[in-house]
Amino acid sequence: MLYREAGDFKTSYVADSQTFPIAFDRWRYYAVLAVAFGIIPFLVNDYWANAILVPFLIYAIAAIGLNILTGYCGQVSLGTGGFMAVGAYACFKLMTGFPEVSIVLHIIAAGFITAAVGVFFGLPSLRIKGFYLAVATLAAQFFLVWLFNKVSWFYNYSASGQITAPERDVFGIVVTGPNTEAWAKYLICLVFVTLAAILARNLTRGSLGRQWMAIRDMDIAAEIIGVNPLRAKLTAFAISSFFIGISGALFFAVYLGAIEVGEAFGIQKSFLVLFMIIIGGLGSIFGSFAGAAFLVLLPVVLKLLGVDLFGWPTDIVAHIQLVIVGGLIILFLIVEPHGLAQLWRLAKEKLRLWPFPH
Amino acid sequence: MPADFYFAIEVILNGLMAGVLYSLVALGFVLIFKASGIFNYAQGVMALFAAMTLVGIMNGQVPFAHLFNAIFGTEIHYFGWQVPALFAILLTTLVMVVFAWAVQRYIFRHLVGQEPIILFMATIGLAYFLEGVGDLMWGSDIKTLDVGLPQGASFWIEEQTAFLGGEDFFGFFIDQLDIVAAGVAIVLVAVLVAFSQYTKQGRAMRAVADDHQAALSVGISLNYIWILVWSLAGFVALVAGIMWGAKSGVQFSLSLIALKALPVLMLGGFTSIPGAIVGGLIIGVGEQLFEFLVGPLVGGATENWFAYVLALLVLVFRPQGLFGERIIERV
Repeated sequence: MLYREAGDFKTSYVADSQTFPIAFDRWRYYAVLAVAFGIIPFLVNDYWANAILVPFLIYAIAAIGLNILTGYCGQVSLGTGGFMAVGAYACFKLMTGFPEVSIVLHIIAAGFITAAVGVFFGLPSLRIKGFYLAVATLAAQFFLVWLFNKVSWFYNYSASGQITAPERDVFGIVVTGPNTEAWAKYLICLVFVTLAAILARNLTRGSLGRQWMAIRDMDIAAEIIGVNPLRAKLTAFAISSFFIGISGALFFAVYLGAIEVGEAFGIQKSFLVLFMIIIGGLGSIFGSFAGAAFLVLLPVVLKLLGVDLFGWPTDIVAHIQLVIVGGLIILFLIVEPHGLAQLWRLAKEKLRLWPFPH
Repeated sequence: MPADFYFAIEVILNGLMAGVLYSLVALGFVLIFKASGIFNYAQGVMALFAAMTLVGIMNGQVPFAHLFNAIFGTEIHYFGWQVPALFAILLTTLVMVVFAWAVQRYIFRHLVGQEPIILFMATIGLAYFLEGVGDLMWGSDIKTLDVGLPQGASFWIEEQTAFLGGEDFFGFFIDQLDIVAAGVAIVLVAVLVAFSQYTKQGRAMRAVADDHQAALSVGISLNYIWILVWSLAGFVALVAGIMWGAKSGVQFSLSLIALKALPVLMLGGFTSIPGAIVGGLIIGVGEQLFEFLVGPLVGGATENWFAYVLALLVLVFRPQGLFGERIIERV
């Protein structure tokens, strides 16, 4: 009953190539944007922003980034945590080095710096494939975390080894530092997420995205039909790292405000983002959001159920969480390798035909 | 001879010993990878789980006691008996065999024919699952594992080598446990090689590793072989868990030895048992020497990443590792 359509009637190329070809989907997209920008900022409080919405939005950017590399281009990376750290430290150095420049520019510049680092660590992908590459990206993870831990220039020689975000504003509204309002945090992340999603969506359906998918499906065949593997793989690494760097910068500057690199960007973070895209759906922008939402909500829900409702000790709930996450990963890989996004796609197909299945 | 020279030799010796322990973990990876093409990230957690189970059985701990206590409000912790080490090791081996069967039956039977990278991600999920189960079963506190292995410095070697250096040299410092571990590793490798060369099951295992289809057509049960291989890997994990657990206590960081074994594998090649040994030794010596010579200049703690960067450099020039089978790609 939701979908009311009687066929495809496209009369122009513009109509044919729009992102959401079905009118109902398009209106739902506008409605989601309207609610996210127009209503939630007025309702959001500290708990919702810090526990759910802001981490969800930031992880969604990271998941989009990793999905471009792993889901679209087929290069598995376990270095996400390290690249997020590059974004965070680049943002920190820029914020403290050029205090008069806007924080928005700093975050974008941090993305570009991360992209350069990502290309450097992506170079071996031209020779190494499959899980040899996955393990090779671990080199990036461990080396980068060690670098930010040991070289005190990166954390401005502070005694604790932590980096702390100074107070910065956008159009007079404070967005970093301890005095930030919940809605300001939420809104700046939302703007970046929206732009990242639109950019990623259009990249992946253009010529670059098709090159990535050709490399993913079979790299030798792609090379034979004229895809340049050097260009395709390195652009995938660059753009993926760009998004991951932005999410790292936001994670540090807006979400936490102060971080210690080993704790915030360790290997667990790499796995977390990888799990998000597996559960959400490899090769799907919507899947990145779904996976991020799922893995941000799961611990919150488990804590509400286990600790607050049943009164179990927190360590037991944490262990149960490990079991559930691990079990879900295996379950999804067995039952639905394309993740939540595929379930959503199937539901949509069913709804378009409902109530007449033929 | 200057004392520095002897210190360097001591560093190399200790690196060799550490390398043996890395090889022990890497062996488990190679076994599974050769026979089933699965890159088992959970190997480290299997070592942790095996060590936890061993300690739990030896102390007569009630499995899932914390969980029961939390749900039902009971106060059970121990059965109140002590199990001798050897018998506990046997029981733990049994647990690992059951685990191998369950993994094969409930996970990898459903994933036959999937891409290797999907299987790899499934083992990451398995690692999380197993870690959670292990913590729920035995609790996540740090446990000491004592199966009667000698500990501490080997004074005999120190005394015998003291004459080499000058007045400030007191002989080579080598942990007795490391020597035992090296001995165990050598025996284990010899047994594994003998097993795969001279027994029926071992030959079937090699046949499966060579070609699944051909092995099936001569009547080898893939299912049985895979369970066998996972059980063997579980046993190797138990041995590694005992060695590492005796060295530094049974705790979460034990599972991180998997991350140490990965570069060993990349260096040696995923398909070669000798490669795992040689790779382990190279990395063990390499990271100790690097830390000794270069570490002080750059702030130390280089062993976190040195192995990876070394392996990465080798891979760029030899994508199949030092001893791996040549990768042939067909369209």
